[in-house]
Parts: sequence; structure tokens; C-alpha cells
Amino acid sequence: MVKIRVMPTLLHKGMGLVKGIGFDSWRRTGSALQAIKVYNMRGVDELVFFDISASPDDEAPDYEQIDDLADECFMPMTVGGGIRTVEDIGKMLSVGADKVSINSQAVLDPGLIAGGAKNFGSQCIVVAIDAIRREDGGLEVLTHGGKRSTGLDPIEWAKRAAALGAGEILLTSIDRDGTFEGYDVALTAAVAEAVSVPVVASGGAGHYAHMADVLRNGGAAAVAAASIYHFTEQTPQEAKAYLAAEGFNVRL
Amino acid sequence: MSAVTIIDSGLSNIDSVARALEYCGADVVITRDPETVRTAGRLLLPGVGAFPVAMERLNALGLSDAIRDAVVRAERPILGICLGMQLLADTGHENETTLGLGLIKGDVRRLEKATPEERIPHMGWNTVEDQGGCPLLQDVPSGSDFYFVHSYYFAAVEEAVLATTPSYGGVPAIVGQGQVFGAQFHPEKSQTNGFQLLKNFLKA
Repeated sequence: MVKIRVMPTLLHKGMGLVKGIGFDSWRRTGSALQAIKVYNMRGVDELVFFDISASPDDEAPDYEQIDDLADECFMPMTVGGGIRTVEDIGKMLSVGADKVSINSQAVLDPGLIAGGAKNFGSQCIVVAIDAIRREDGGLEVLTHGGKRSTGLDPIEWAKRAAALGAGEILLTSIDRDGTFEGYDVALTAAVAEAVSVPVVASGGAGHYAHMADVLRNGGAAAVAAASIYHFTEQTPQEAKAYLAAEGFNVRL
Repeated sequence: MSAVTIIDSGLSNIDSVARALEYCGADVVITRDPETVRTAGRLLLPGVGAFPVAMERLNALGLSDAIRDAVVRAERPILGICLGMQLLADTGHENETTLGLGLIKGDVRRLEKATPEERIPHMGWNTVEDQGGCPLLQDVPSGSDFYFVHSYYFAAVEEAVLATTPSYGGVPAIVGQGQVFGAQFHPEKSQTNGFQLLKNFLKA
């Protein structure tokens, strides 16, 4: 049986790594290369790397940087931020990304998902969905780092993305991001039920028990987290040991 | 030092495979020149992408014939990784039916769920079970995990299946016939076990 995955997320902005709350209030957390070297040694399952300055600022991805990081990264790495064309996906894969994550541009141009899947295979096309719970109780997809409204329902959008060829959905709850209050389990469960591709839960992990909750009750295939690794003593390794003790199928 | 020639069709990530091989002590050459492939001592065919697109590239660059010359005539060892493993097959059925390199009998089919909980693509770490004396798994503890990421699998002839992974009803994880080898998972991303597998290939 395929193991559940514990994935640290690295957010890169400008010159270094950052982490925020609800896609805002960014704090610097160190160097990407240093983090990757540490995660190599600790046998991390997989890494997510987002260049969060690329999309909102309409900047092109920094391929040279990814090339340098990928050279040091002996674990699978999903890279996102600023991907706009099929050629961008190809370039990102060629410098060493194992999977490419598309978010804002996939909403603007859903054909990018199909084009990426046709040329490179679904297995390397990740569609990242940032969702928010509106005051009226409805769910909505936001793009451009949570700044732009789309009118899309995350469950419907996930279904469409998977039908177009997305091989994985990386689902982030903007409400929970950086709060340490736990994943949005109901949101994750609704999306995981709607698609047959793996769903990665993201946003809100404050303790390993939150990971167990979204894996058990949210149908997630993997748990991504950033803040708890940056701002607490908790580590991906300990998370896996905890989850193994909880009965999950984990690679130790 | 063992030399390895990595076949660069222009579609795959060559860097991480090259780095992993160098880490394992190999002298790495990266090429898309058919003559260099023909005269190589040991070949590695990486692969991310879709079967038809990759075959079209290999054919257009004259690499398909060069690989067959090196492997069939000169009996040089080759290791295909992920899509590179699938390309060793006779035919592939991803998007459309396409002829492969025809180095190991069998065809490439879409994964099918064996249980309702399984998801496609097969993504993540999974156990690799040796079917008996797989040379690439020498010194790899039995039941070790490797990193998989694929939606299709190589339905190879039984005698060529050297190791399997238990999901999707048990699909081939390593195929091999003579000096031709393929790994469905990514050894270059599978840390200690993956590096051991690459070291074993360098001795093949």
C-alpha cells in the first residue's frame, strides 16, 4: 500500500524563505538551500517549494534558483509559482522539479492543465487550490496569493482540474493557513471525495494530531505543513513516528 | 570509476539523475548524439512525460535505433527510469497506441484501482518486493520503500518482472532481461535505497 506522505512546504519570497498567516504577515524563516540539506538528511518524503513572489508580481519563475536547489534535493520536489505556459512547465521539469504546481494560471487558462498533462503526463501536474470560507458560509477559490476572487467552488474546480489531467490536488485552506488550529477537514473530505487523484491537505497544522485527523477523516493522501516546522520544535520525522503509532502506513 | 551515458531527449530532468549517479561514484556523460549512445558502455534512459511525445523525440533524434544498436547488438547494460522503463516495451497505450523501443516484451497500460481507496496516479513511497534474486536489489533490505509517481504501468512478460509493488493488484516495479533493466520508481529520489540500486546498476 502506498504510504501517506508528510511534506514540508517551503515558501520563497524575494531572497529567502518566509511564512505568514492567512497568506499575509510574512516572516523570514531562513535559506532554502539550508532547509533542503537538512530535509535530505532526515529522509523527508517529499518537498513543496512555492515562489510566492512570482505570481502576484507577475514575475517569471526563477529557473536558475530552482536548478541550484534541485541539484541538492534528493527527494521528490513539487515546484510552483509563476508558471504560465506549457513551455514554463517543461522548463521547470528540465531544471529538476519532479512535479509542477499551477494555481492562478490554471484558473485563468484551464487549457494549461490539459496541455501540461498531454506533454508531460498527469503524474507531474499538480493543481494547487487556495480556498476560503465566505461569510455566507459558501466556499470559494481565490488566486494570486489569496488576493483575487474567482467565483469558483473549490469542489467543482477540483473535479474539473482532475478531468483536465491534474494528477494531484494541493488544497490549502486560506482561513486555517498559519493558525495552528488544524486542517479544514470538511473541505478536504469534500474535495477528496469528488476526485480520484491524490489530495494533499495544507493549511492549519499545529500538531501531529491535526495531521492524523485530516488523513483519517479528510481522505487526504498527504499532509503539507510549513509553520509548525518553522516556528515550533515539531519535525516531519516526528510527525511520521506519531502517525505510524496511530496506525497509519508510513515510511519510517 | 564506472561511466554512464544519460540519454537526454530534452524532455526530462537530467540533473537529479546525473547528480545521484555522480554521488554513487559514476562518471556521467549526458548526450543526445546517436553515435555517442551507440558507443556508450552503459546507458541510462530517464523519463518524465507522456509515452507518445517521448517516443516521437527519441525517433526524431535518431536515438531509438542508437539505443537498440547499443543494447541488442553490443549488449550494453541499460536502465530505464519511470517513463524510461515503460519505453522499453513493445507498445504504449498512453493517449494513443505508440510503438516503444521493443527491448522487453509487453505493453504499457493505464493503472486500474484494485481497491476503492486507491488513487491514480500512484504517487508516493511504496514497497518493492523482490521476485527472487533481482540484481538491482542486492544489499537493499527486503520490503524497502521507493518513490513512485505514474499513471501507467508496464505489463511486461512474467519472466521479465524482477520486482513488484503491492498496489493496483501488484504491478511491476523492476523489469529486467539480460542487461536491460527498468525501474518504475525513481531511484534518484529514493534516498539511501535508491542510491544502492544505482550502485548495483553500475556493477551490472
